[in-house]
Order: sequence, then C-alpha cells, then structure tokens
Amino acid sequence: MKIALVGNQNCGKTTLFNALTGSNQHVGNFPGVTVDGKVGQIKNKEKISLVDLPGIYSLTPYSSEEIVTRDFIIKEKPDVVLNIIDATNIERNLYLTMQLLELDVPLIIALNMMDEVNASGNSIDVNKLSEGLGVKICPISASKNQGIDELMEETIKVGKNKIMPIHIDVCEKDSPVHRAIHAIMHLVEDHCEKYGLPKRYVATQLIQKDEILSKEINLSENEVDLLGHIICEMENDNGYDNEISIIGMRYNYIDRVVKKSVTIKSTQTKEQIRSSKIDRILTNKYLAFPIFILIIGLIFSITFGLVNTYISDLLGNGLNHLINIVHKEMDNADFNIVLISLICDGLMTGVFSVLSFLPTVVVLFFFLSLLEDTGYMSRVAFIMDKPLRKIGLSGRSFVPLLIGFGCSVPAVMATRTTASEKDKKLTLMLIPFIPCSAKLPIFTAVVGGFFKLDVLVILGLYFLSVALGILVGFISKLIKKSKPTPFMMELPNYRLPTVKNTLLLMWEKAKDFIKKAFTVIFVCSLIIWFLNSFDFKFNYVDGDTISVDSSMLSKISSFITPLFRPIGINDWRYCASLITGLTAKESLVSTLTVLYGSVDLAIVNVNTGQILAFLVFVILYMPCIATFAVLRKELKSTSLAILYMAGQTLFAYFMAMLFYGVSLLC
Amino acid sequence: MDVTDLKINQIANIIDIEGKGPLRRRLLEMGILPNTLVKVIKKAPLGDPLEISIRGYELSLRKEDAKSIKVEVK
Repeated sequence: MKIALVGNQNCGKTTLFNALTGSNQHVGNFPGVTVDGKVGQIKNKEKISLVDLPGIYSLTPYSSEEIVTRDFIIKEKPDVVLNIIDATNIERNLYLTMQLLELDVPLIIALNMMDEVNASGNSIDVNKLSEGLGVKICPISASKNQGIDELMEETIKVGKNKIMPIHIDVCEKDSPVHRAIHAIMHLVEDHCEKYGLPKRYVATQLIQKDEILSKEINLSENEVDLLGHIICEMENDNGYDNEISIIGMRYNYIDRVVKKSVTIKSTQTKEQIRSSKIDRILTNKYLAFPIFILIIGLIFSITFGLVNTYISDLLGNGLNHLINIVHKEMDNADFNIVLISLICDGLMTGVFSVLSFLPTVVVLFFFLSLLEDTGYMSRVAFIMDKPLRKIGLSGRSFVPLLIGFGCSVPAVMATRTTASEKDKKLTLMLIPFIPCSAKLPIFTAVVGGFFKLDVLVILGLYFLSVALGILVGFISKLIKKSKPTPFMMELPNYRLPTVKNTLLLMWEKAKDFIKKAFTVIFVCSLIIWFLNSFDFKFNYVDGDTISVDSSMLSKISSFITPLFRPIGINDWRYCASLITGLTAKESLVSTLTVLYGSVDLAIVNVNTGQILAFLVFVILYMPCIATFAVLRKELKSTSLAILYMAGQTLFAYFMAMLFYGVSLLC
Repeated sequence: MDVTDLKINQIANIIDIEGKGPLRRRLLEMGILPNTLVKVIKKAPLGDPLEISIRGYELSLRKEDAKSIKVEVK
C-alpha cells in the first residue's frame, strides 16, 4: 500500500513522517524544508510505504513543488492521501483540502497541533468538521506523539477499503459558480473518462484557465469556445472574475464549516503570543540589525575563531602525527617507497587535510540548525529581504551567502531553502564570490610575507570579491529584467530546539562531509599525487635522481603557464599551486611550500602587480572540487555546473588581467 | 487605499485584489479575498516587507505585492 503525505509548509509534515516511519529526517522550523519527495516504510508494517511530498499551499500547478504533488496524486494514484492540517491555522490549511476533495481520491485528514489549540482554550469539534468535509479526521499532535497509532490504523483502513470522501456540493445551489461548474463538468465528461481525470477537478481548473490541463485533455476548438462562453457568463452573473469566483467559493465553504465546528476563545495560541513578544525585540526597527550582527558575529567567532584555530588545528596536527607514524612504520617494514608515498603523501594527506575541517563544519551546522529550529532564520530572511532585492534575490538567499564565508560546500547545500529555482541558481552563482575560510591561510601566508599593511590588503580583497558579486547580481538583474520572486512567507512561531533534531542535523552534515572526503577528495588527491609523483615515462619522481621538474604536474603546469602570462604568472610552480588549489584551497599553500621550500621564497622574485593579480585570481577563480560536487547535485546538471565554474574562472582571469595591466601602467 | 496605507494594527476590509497572473492567484489562494478582514502586524526594520494577519494567521509580503490588495476602513 502507498500512502501520500500532503500538507502546507511548516505544518508538521516531516515530524509526522518521522513519527509514522520511525525514521530520522531532519525537521526544520523554516518553510519548505522538504524539497524532494521522501519515501519511508511505516513502522512495524512492512508492506506499507509513506511518501512525504513537498509542502504546498495549493494544487494549482505553477511551482515545481505543486506540480510534483499534483502529478503524484493523479498519475501515481496512491492508495490513500493523508492530508495533514495545522489546526492553529485551520482556514488556510483547509484550502488545500478543498482541492484534494475535488481529486476524488481516498482521503484522510490528520488534524495536527491539537495540543496547542486546546492549550489556548479554543476547541474544534472533530465530528462536525469531519461531517462538513465528508472525510475521516484524526486529531493528533505529531511533536508529542499523540494520536499517531489511531491515525495509522484509520489511514490503513481508508486505503484498504478505498473509502472515498462523501460527495459534498461545496458551491451554493443555483449560484453562478455552481451553474458554471456543472455545465463544464457535463462538457468535459468524455474527456475526463478517457484520460482518467476527476471531472470536478478538471472543471474548476478549466474555469481558472489551467492551460496545461486544457491541452492535456485535448479539448476541441468548439469546446474551448463554449468553455469561454460559460466562464464569461459566470463572471457577469457573479460580479467577480473567474479566479475570485472559484477560490472564493472554496473559502466560503471553509468559512461555513469552520463556523460550525471551531469555537474560538482567544485569537492567538500561547505560542503565537510568545512569538510576537520575542519579535517585538528581534525584528524591532532599531534593534533588529544590531542583534543580528551580534548573533552572526558570535557564531562566526566561535566557529572560525575558536573551533577552526584550536580544535581543527589540533585535529590537523593529530592527523599529521598519524601520517608520520604510518610513514615511519612503513619505512621500518621496508615497504616500497612509491607505496609509502601513495598512502602517506597522496591519500592520507589529501583526505586528512579535508577531515581537519570537520569540526568547523559540524559546529557551523550546529549553530545554523539552532537558528533554523528556533525560527530565527526566517526573521533573518524577513529583515534582509529589502537589501537583497536590489541584486535580484530574496531574503531567503541571505543565509546561504552568509555561510559561504565559512565554507562554500554547506553554503551550496543551504540554497535548498531559497524561494524559487531562479533564486537558487542566482544564489549558487554568487556563492563563489564569497571568499571561503580556506582562502584565509593563502592570504595570511602570501600577503603577510609581501605587504606591510597586510590586514588592509586582505580586507580589500574580501571587499573586492563581495563587491564584484554584488555587481554580478546587479547586472544579471538588469539583463534578465526579471522581477524578484514574490516573497510570501509565514514567520513560524519561535520554538525551543530539540536535542534530537539538532544532533540529527549535525550527524547528517558530518556524514555528508565525511562521505565527500572519502569519495571526491580521495580520487582527486590520488590524481594530484600521481601527477606530482611520476614523470611521463611513469618513473617515480624521488627528488634526487629524477628532479621535481620532470613530474607530470610540473610538465602540465609548464605547458599551461603561457596562458597565465597575461595575468603576470611566469613560473610553473604558481600554476601547479593553482591546480592543486582545486582539491582544497589551502593545499595551494602547501604546494607552494613543497615546490619552493617556503612561501616566503616563492614571493621573492615577483612584483606587487604580479602578486596582486595572483591574489585576485585566487579569490575569484572556481571553488574547490568538493564545492563542484555539491553544486552539480544541487543544479542537477553536470554541464551547468561546469559552465558555472568555467564562467567563474574566466571572470577571475579577466579581473586578474585588469589588475596586472593597470600595475604595468603605473 | 491599499494594505500598505494601513497603520499597524488597524483593521480593514479587503475590497479587491488587483493585478493578474500567478502572484494574484497566490494571494487569493492564501485566503486574501474580497470581504475578508486584514490587519498589518509589523513592518521589517527597513520598512519592507510587512507582515499581515488574515484568517487567523500571519503572512509576510513585500510592499509592492501588498499594494495590489485594496482595502477600505470601516
């Protein structure tokens, strides 16, 4: 048996999914956490699967989430649709239910957050509501695990016996809308039968001029004319246009049902009252930004200051120590010198250099999950929307961009909560302009050795990069002339984060990260090691009999060095460092160190223009392979991901060339 | 007048939703319909977006989108 779980955003769908399946999906307090449908097995019932569909407000197909859900219900024909409703926001939640009723599928309603409704002194007469809608309703509290067993039993019963909703005519008898719907239902009857579509749904969709559907069912020209005529007559008689007529009809019915079954003593639940009190401070006109900066500053200084400098370094040193021990043991045991190099210099160094970032990433995600679970993240989107709109983004893109200062990989993964596909693509394009923390070692090493005012130069580079990102956003907004995606968002109530949920998220991110370290990074380290350790005749480059200059990496770097002459790079070792920098940006420093002996020696023979051009190129060129891997996953397209990276690198090249050119003129 | 002209916590009745296309439909589907009461709860620190209360729930909207919601104060 297949159960489809359908409901609004942030109504507790994922919590219910976890309660029913016993699985551990991450639950967010941010609208739209479920992006792709997830499938789970119902606890203790092996042959019953539950599909968690993305949170939607309506079935009118104009966002990808709505199309996914609609198609799943109509085409995959689940045995039962489980509609979860937030009882504290019953009218708006029932709108989707009204549309589900039109689809004529076995349906059951889970009335969630009943504990909050009861605590506020309000009450809902479940029997009357059920009668009014013609559907079985189970009151539950998903977060407190109340009513879950009964819900599961009833859902299975509805699915097994294919219990359809009792047919209720929701439009007022003899109203213009009623006449129009019935006339169109009659008109399209044959088409609906042919394509297996519910006719009431088709009729209301056609009144709303759903063109995809009207093509799908192959209406003849004659029928299209007649349809237009019916709609026109309805609009004239009703005094409202087609959309208000249909949507208004659904809400009128909801009003009638709610009036009969819901008793309201206080208009706000306790949670809502508490939230608006907190919001009076956190979104206050004068306090909002200072508090925001304080919170972000704290998170960044703990994550990148404390954890990154101490714990990550400690881990890094520990791992290095481990490499030394393995190296020594293998030496003693007379292992082949190439094998030792492969394991110690290639695999362990590569993978460990990424693993040493693990504490930073995990701690960053710990804080981010706190921000999200408490509900503060959506306030950030709320207060940052206006400034971000100037570069064609919405407030929801702010958090991913901010994370980018830490690491591009989680930043790319965080773009899932942006408002639309268009916003997501633009956000993904801008993330590489945010200098990640792995670039900091490069700046401190190179700039520190070259410039006296090193802090100013580093700040200048950061500023340049971010400013160029803003410029790119601005230009893309001008070119596309597209309006920003409408910002329509519910600010969820503030909630205390649960330990389980927070740990779950940290574990998920850590797992992702470790997996990445042992797949993408593993392979890349292997390749770089191979290129650096052998010449083209596959002789091992030991540095004594065969010099470092003859390795494949050196040859390839030398070959492409002319390409970098316009940006002032003449030495193959710089090119080699740029290539190894692709595995992880900080390996750029280690490569320079290996090839020159030290970074200070590397910058002896270059002038200010060259070093600036190099730094500009480094801050702007494509992110590391790990970012590429997640970017490919988020864009769902390898070619598009390559295009993004190539574009970014080309942009970096021209900017570096500009800097070098200007320095020559000076 | 439209929703953006309302003072904080002032209650008004919606008379029309202007505009067309997906945005208007989305507003309607969120329950923002003629003859429904609406109230502005708060504004973001930079004055935009704003949060309205409708049908017992709260929704954040941008000013330019909220301008299409025409209201009258009784």
